[in-house]
Amino acid sequence: MIKVENLSKSFGPKNAVNDVSFSLERGEILGFLGPNGAGKSTTMRMITGYIPPTAGVVKVGGNDVTQNPIEAKRLMGYLPESAPLYTDMTVEGFLGFCAEVRGIKGADKAKAIDRAIDMCFLKSVRHQSVDTLSKGFRHRTGFAQAIIHDPDILVMDEPTDGLDPNQKHEVRSLIRRMGQSKAIIFSTHILEEVEAACTRAIIIDQGKIVANGTPDELKAKSELANSYVVSINGTESSAVRDGLGTVIQSAKVTIVTDKAPTVVARVFPKKAGADGELGQAIFAVAAQNNWKVNEIKKEEGRLDDVFRNITLSDTKPQ
Amino acid sequence: MKSIWTITKRELGGYFNSPVAYVFLVIFLLMTAAFTFLIGQFMDRNQATLQPFFMWHPWIYLFLVPAVGMRLWSEERRQGTMELLLTLPISLWHCIIGKFLASWIFLTLALVMTFPIWITVNYLGDPDNSVIVASYIGSFFLAGAYLSITSMTSAFTRNQVISFILSVVICLFLVLCGWPPVTDVVETLAPRSVVEFVAAFSVMPGIEQFNNGQIDSRAVIYFLSVIGFPLFATNVVIRGLRA
Repeated sequence: MIKVENLSKSFGPKNAVNDVSFSLERGEILGFLGPNGAGKSTTMRMITGYIPPTAGVVKVGGNDVTQNPIEAKRLMGYLPESAPLYTDMTVEGFLGFCAEVRGIKGADKAKAIDRAIDMCFLKSVRHQSVDTLSKGFRHRTGFAQAIIHDPDILVMDEPTDGLDPNQKHEVRSLIRRMGQSKAIIFSTHILEEVEAACTRAIIIDQGKIVANGTPDELKAKSELANSYVVSINGTESSAVRDGLGTVIQSAKVTIVTDKAPTVVARVFPKKAGADGELGQAIFAVAAQNNWKVNEIKKEEGRLDDVFRNITLSDTKPQ
Repeated sequence: MKSIWTITKRELGGYFNSPVAYVFLVIFLLMTAAFTFLIGQFMDRNQATLQPFFMWHPWIYLFLVPAVGMRLWSEERRQGTMELLLTLPISLWHCIIGKFLASWIFLTLALVMTFPIWITVNYLGDPDNSVIVASYIGSFFLAGAYLSITSMTSAFTRNQVISFILSVVICLFLVLCGWPPVTDVVETLAPRSVVEFVAAFSVMPGIEQFNNGQIDSRAVIYFLSVIGFPLFATNVVIRGLRA
């Protein structure tokens, strides 16, 4: 439904987005990840036709956004960053305006407004002026505006930014529910959000795509992925290290904490995929040495490790 | 066309949802009345004409029209709603025209509300009503011309005050460059041809024709182009902002 080909955008000498390509089909929820200033918003603004690309093509439902913007925009709902709204209108008036601009009128308009208000839990502020709303309600009004015409494609720039944990949860479940029948793309820098809601994630850094895959695939890229954490009581750390070192499937053993009487060690696998064998081998060694094992846990990998490793943060020394 | 009207309705609603509209209407009516009766000495002239009413419009509009139009685009930029507006399935032209029309309708409403003076002059004497109609049309076009310039200056900046000042300066230039007290002085400094060339940009000759009861096609074309060009420039500026 969305096809982005070799998209680039430069502002003067600065390359904000550099040769970005990806596509998105119905039923997919794509998380757009990246540090601040990575080019997430710029990419979304090009997809929604707000700014023209320097090079490359965006096709939305087969319509080139530059050549055929009106048709393309009709198919999309867009929630811009920080959810800008006309503050001099009521929630209902604002949603009515958005519906009317999109060609929905009369009884359909009333129905569309009711639906959006229901879905975004806005009933209590329906007749309230937008400038008196709290941040959470404002955000949800922006969200309601994006789904007023029940679009096939939803583009959202940081839809959960500034919401409290309950509201975040609500918005995420709303995205998940709508993702079954739509193509959704949203940006965030909250990694748990990607795990909670996305079927696929793209990590973008300095205008380039540095990773593209399902959240599980991305997590598997973590150094810690498939390693085992073993917590043992009453054994010296050196004995633990030597004992676990005899496990042939392990590449490396590190001691995570050593606070008597508990030693926590991490065992890294030699090759990916051998994790089952590694777990069994660790059990065997522990049994052999009569260790008092408190806990043995397999690490799935952490998205934030992957994120930190592949994006160049401006806070990290070069 | 429908989307233009949707935009226009929203903008008009925006005026009347805030006290700005009412404050403006009251100030406009008070000022026109004050200028007509106190400075224009409408009563003392003892003539059945609205000349002392219309002669002040280029000056009153100079401040009031930019005040009405200064928020057109600067507010959209400041609030970030421009991103929302321009990602809706409507063309930029529709937005520009819709917004411009809303403000023009509002100014026209203010102008229409001066009708008591027209009734007054008809009650007191026997004026040439065709001249009055022509003057009203001239005033309507003048408001449109100033407003179009304000639409352009409001696209330049996200600050309404800067938009207001820029617009006043440009409109003031359009008044002064053809206003005899100024052109007479400038003529002593610059060659006549230059003065005449610059004076051709002025709103004053056209307005004087309307105020004399003539609806000259050249004056109408002049005003339509003074309305059209800044709207076109508004489009260029907004496109430039996004590039």
